[in-house]
Amino acid sequence: MDAMLREYLPILIFLGLAIGIASVMVAASYFAAAQRPDSEKLSAYECGFEPFSDARHKFDVRFYLVAILFIIFDLEVAFLFPWAVTLGHTGLFGFWSMVAFLGVLTIGFIYEWKKGALEWE
Amino acid sequence: MIVEALAFYMFAAVAVASGVLVVSVRNPVHSVLFLILAFFNAAGLFVLVGAEFLAMILVVVYVGAVAVLFLFVVMMLDIDFAALRSGFIRYLPIGAMVGLVLLSELALIVGAWITAPEAASAFGAPSPDAAKIANTHALGLVLYTKYAYLFQAAGMILLVAMVGAIVLTLRDREGVRRQNIGEQLARGKHNSVEVRKVRTGSGI
Repeated sequence: MDAMLREYLPILIFLGLAIGIASVMVAASYFAAAQRPDSEKLSAYECGFEPFSDARHKFDVRFYLVAILFIIFDLEVAFLFPWAVTLGHTGLFGFWSMVAFLGVLTIGFIYEWKKGALEWE
Repeated sequence: MIVEALAFYMFAAVAVASGVLVVSVRNPVHSVLFLILAFFNAAGLFVLVGAEFLAMILVVVYVGAVAVLFLFVVMMLDIDFAALRSGFIRYLPIGAMVGLVLLSELALIVGAWITAPEAASAFGAPSPDAAKIANTHALGLVLYTKYAYLFQAAGMILLVAMVGAIVLTLRDREGVRRQNIGEQLARGKHNSVEVRKVRTGSGI
């Protein structure tokens, strides 16, 4: 347990370094830089025009579809990791159980391919 | 050991603080970003209790995918901040009631875990020694054989989610020209070139 945590110590150190450097940069630019704000400097710059509209647009729902399909295959890959690690121990049953799982998801993949969910325009 | 305790308090404090900020911050995009911070800290806590695989999955699936999905939802809703705030007092009783129900459910679960007679045997359930066997390995040993049915059920749920997302969001668009490679390759001289006799002084 301790040995495992010791392997994560570098990540913790890097995390501390990253937080430290980032906060020093932000704080230094806040304190050291000359700040003389006026309304023109602080307004949004859009190629010399007044901003046309709010930055918060409605998204096309197709982005959402792509994200959901990505999550599903992401989870599928997440299931593959422990399977690959233990393939030598779980035997033939473990192997075929994963093949059945992948088969079910391949049905879904064929469905979405044939439906044209992966095409953009 | 002291580093472990310090790390625990840091992760726990940041997780709780960002959880509070998720519900209290004005801008929904910022609250999604605080949610991502909470996910990261939860991953850190998972590592501290020795659940490496869960921590990595949390980062990959939740931070990498679910948070992006939440961002899309927030962007797609086109939220009007003033309208969102206006009903706060009106919906406070209902929201408080739902929160109370969830809190009492949590209390029931924790209470049962402490007082139930079977709990002691569940505590002593044979879980593999973390020093001897890696996390992912221990999970893989039981997931694909002992819990094969649940594993297949997970596959079915993913399939339903995929089909459902496509059925709900995909609609055919008019006037979209798609490239059909087979059609392009099947074209030959016989259906693309025509030879005609043209008389002098007249057109076709």
